[in-house]
Amino acid sequence: MVNDFHIISALVEDKPGVLFRVTSLIRRRNFNINTITVGATEKEGISRITLTMRGDEKTVEQLIKQLSKIPDVIKISEVKPEESVYRELAIIRVSAEDPLKRSDIINYVNVFRGRIVDVSKDSLTIEIIGRPTKINAFIEIIKGFGIIEMARTGIVALPRKLKTE
Amino acid sequence: MRILGAKAIVEALKREKVEVIFGIPGGATIPFYDALYDSDIRHILARHEQCAAHMADGYARVKGVPGVCTATSGPGATNLVTGIATAYMDSSPVIAITGQVPRSMIGKDAFQEADIVGIVTPITKYAFQITSASQIPDAIRTAFIIANTNRKGPVLIDIPKDVQLEEVDFDYSERIIIKGYVVRSGEPHPYSIKRALGLIMNAERPLIIAGGGVIASNASEELIKFSELILAPVVTTLMGKGAIPENHPLCLGMIGMHGRVEANKAVEEADVIIAIGTRFGDRTTGKLEEFAKNARIIHIDIDPAEIGKNVKVDVPIVADAKKALSVLYSKLIEVGYSKKESEWIKRVNYLKEYYAPNYEEKGEGLKPSKLMKILRNIIPGKSIITTGVGQNQMWAALHFKVLEPRTFITSGGLGAMGFGLPAAIGAKVAAPDRPVFDIDGDGSFLMTEQDLATAVSEAIPITVIILRNKALGMVRQWQCLFCNKRYAYTDLGNTPDFVKLAEAYGAEGIRVESYEEFETVIRRSLNAEMPVVIDIPISPDEKVLPMIPPGGSYKEVIWYG
Repeated sequence: MVNDFHIISALVEDKPGVLFRVTSLIRRRNFNINTITVGATEKEGISRITLTMRGDEKTVEQLIKQLSKIPDVIKISEVKPEESVYRELAIIRVSAEDPLKRSDIINYVNVFRGRIVDVSKDSLTIEIIGRPTKINAFIEIIKGFGIIEMARTGIVALPRKLKTE
Repeated sequence: MRILGAKAIVEALKREKVEVIFGIPGGATIPFYDALYDSDIRHILARHEQCAAHMADGYARVKGVPGVCTATSGPGATNLVTGIATAYMDSSPVIAITGQVPRSMIGKDAFQEADIVGIVTPITKYAFQITSASQIPDAIRTAFIIANTNRKGPVLIDIPKDVQLEEVDFDYSERIIIKGYVVRSGEPHPYSIKRALGLIMNAERPLIIAGGGVIASNASEELIKFSELILAPVVTTLMGKGAIPENHPLCLGMIGMHGRVEANKAVEEADVIIAIGTRFGDRTTGKLEEFAKNARIIHIDIDPAEIGKNVKVDVPIVADAKKALSVLYSKLIEVGYSKKESEWIKRVNYLKEYYAPNYEEKGEGLKPSKLMKILRNIIPGKSIITTGVGQNQMWAALHFKVLEPRTFITSGGLGAMGFGLPAAIGAKVAAPDRPVFDIDGDGSFLMTEQDLATAVSEAIPITVIILRNKALGMVRQWQCLFCNKRYAYTDLGNTPDFVKLAEAYGAEGIRVESYEEFETVIRRSLNAEMPVVIDIPISPDEKVLPMIPPGGSYKEVIWYG
């Protein structure tokens, strides 16, 4: 992973308009993000927004400082990729009319520890979880069979628990 | 106490010590206005919601407390937008209360429905909708806390009509928790202070840039003491005008695109700059690579996001200006540091003298700079100046010496034409015993002129000085300098007769065609009981000079146009 890749994790109040406030600020300040995900946390009333972006340290610092000014943002920090667990889920529907190719696809899915989650007579639907690099690599390989449709969630991340704790 | 939501809003505003609200009622705020009718809060009926917002802003800047404006849903709310954006750019604590269509109609494109929270989110510190009357007390408290703490700014509260009609148990607690919002103590970090002191004590050519933050934090006294102790000349931004009396020997005046050349030159020559409460806007810095390139920079700001946003700084101090300055001062006193004389001050004084002749008036006709100087000589130091935007504003900034903080009220960041008149009305409401002058242009004035009706109806005696050049002068100036004199649509053509216009509103209108007449009229206006409009014809070829071309550095300054 090149070092201009950044993961930012924010705990926000779970109330109407919060995602809008966050994305509105990102647009207004001319930041460019790659992915954004929102979901529940262990605490009721608090959600976690995880966003990823490419950019230099100064840009990331500005983004964090600006976002932390939104009163609904309770806590925000950068999550260093090397010090965190981060995953993405992709669902990919691949063309599989030829039975021979079908087994090739299944083999690749197994190598990448994905799963076939739906089968039809001319396609396979695959679920794959991992770091974005792994998913990108899988897509690169499977592309040749013909990707019909694809959906990716964007990244969710948590910092690793430090050994000293 | 079980009361209607509408009453609860008014009660909450009273707890926040609101004395006056600027606004216009409409369908979605009828319940709120009904409750307001019984209260002792003064209501000033604006003639356009933009003006209501500017009035609240002018009031807030003069008085140093939040200003409140209100509008109905839909068009009323959208008319507030320019006023809210102005307050946001200049960090002014304005509270906007808007009516909204009933909850059941939201999202259905109901009559006079507009998503005002969505519209103003990028131009407010916070904007939110109340969805039940029980939220009203905490919501209003939240709005006032957010608007008036840390870096100040506007907050909008949108209240659906049926919420105003819902009953609520009114319980107002001053101490509430806003999860993601921490009210900063404003105390500077000792380590930053230590580093700053190191730079300051070793500086040969220290300089202070005072921005609007110095005024917002009421830090003028601390600024003056500090600058005198370390013998640092003080330059200001447009928003910082008044942070130090401009007749103070250490004050060099405003820097920037239309700044004074000696001030810009001092920034270039300084070796340590202490920038306080400024966001290093592009009109202040010019070309960033050339800005203060010989200086180490100490940046004091309450907003951490301003540190390093535009200019790279050596020592960041996230703190309230007043607190940071008093800590720096007392630490210097502790170690016995003070400067009695310096070559630097001699150099700066030389620059002042060297450039002085350039500001003298030449040629025929009434000169705006001379008018500004005359005005300064006549009116009391505590008088309040508001401005329009454009040449009028820059003439005032360059040539009118401000002597006290909170007496120069201008739309700095947004540059909203039409700001002058309504801001003057708000200023006069905040300080009824002080003379208020709006220095305006004909283009600017025409944008909000209808609110003369407000000033007349409410008997608010402000004086409007219109420097009438029958043109959108600042754009015309750029066209002259950079577009080969192709004056594309900047000729205002048939401007109204401002004397008759003033009279039509019931104000006094006077045309002035000599400096002597100007002096007489200004003296007379000091005791006026009704608004006065002074119409002063000037040449459309008058320019604001000196000027640094956009994107340039002070070296490319234009003195003659």
